[in-house]
Amino acid sequence: MNRILLFVPLVIFLLMGLVFWIGLGKEDKTSLPSPLIGKAFPEFQLGVVEDGRTLTTEDLKGAPVLVNVWATWCPTCKAEHAFLNELAAGGIRIIGINYKDDVAKAQDWLAAFGNPYVYNLSDPDGKLGLELGVYGAPETFLVDSQGIIRDKHIGDLNPQVWARLKPRFEGMK
Amino acid sequence: MRSLFLTLLFLPALSLAVIDGHKYSFSSEEDAARFEQLAEDLRCPKCQNQNLADSNAPVAVDLRDKVYELMQEGQSDDEIVGYLVDRYGDFVRYRPPFRIDTLLLWGGPVILLVIGLLILAAIRRQQASQPQEGLSEADKARLAELKAQMKKDQN
Repeated sequence: MNRILLFVPLVIFLLMGLVFWIGLGKEDKTSLPSPLIGKAFPEFQLGVVEDGRTLTTEDLKGAPVLVNVWATWCPTCKAEHAFLNELAAGGIRIIGINYKDDVAKAQDWLAAFGNPYVYNLSDPDGKLGLELGVYGAPETFLVDSQGIIRDKHIGDLNPQVWARLKPRFEGMK
Repeated sequence: MRSLFLTLLFLPALSLAVIDGHKYSFSSEEDAARFEQLAEDLRCPKCQNQNLADSNAPVAVDLRDKVYELMQEGQSDDEIVGYLVDRYGDFVRYRPPFRIDTLLLWGGPVILLVIGLLILAAIRRQQASQPQEGLSEADKARLAELKAQMKKDQN
């Protein structure tokens, strides 16, 4: 009886080890769950990088869209840009949010690397970014035709990520 | 030596200086203290082990500005934290709320303490139930025999 009791600490240790192992393994530090999924895209009224006209949340609605948050100061945005061009060429509707950036720089960037975006909203002080819970770039939101956020990806878009997101995007109405 | 000691003692306070006096101005001491407390209790989403007060990441600067702005609008601490939680999730709170899914987080230490106390009590009870038995009759006889033998050997 006494001997069995001696194993109690070991058992507790193993149980706690198991709990932490599972818990820490599950934690993905690079992507926090967004509380905005299932909610309406936040209200905005912003200028467009390409031509300066002003657009609002209403202009976002009508068809499923990828909303991609990017900036010229963001190296990972450069890395995903070619893939965005590919997606756009394949008929995917992408709208850009030029996050905490300079309009002139953004225009140069689009001229140099191609423009996969239907249009880019200029968010120089990151106000819309804050409403969206953006904490880095690039981030990409899947928004349905009703303007509801359905999914969010933090980090660059690439073929592997798109393989996972594509069914969700195509399933949106 | 003393001045060096004092400098080192107050050096950590400088890390909060950024948010304290230079950028934001408050109408009262309480507001300044409230802001400082909020900035310490809110977590920077980008740099995960820092709070808003300590971090210089751009997003932390934006969030500090937002907290200040909401404070100036007259919002309560709960409203301000709620505003950020609605956008960034529970992750931004260093003090997680008490809910069903955080039950283990809050109750875990208490549960572990209770388990520890139960084990301790079980061990104590077992020790108490074992009588302090001395040597058995046979052992006593053997001891006497050995002592006699030793005496004999010494002589």
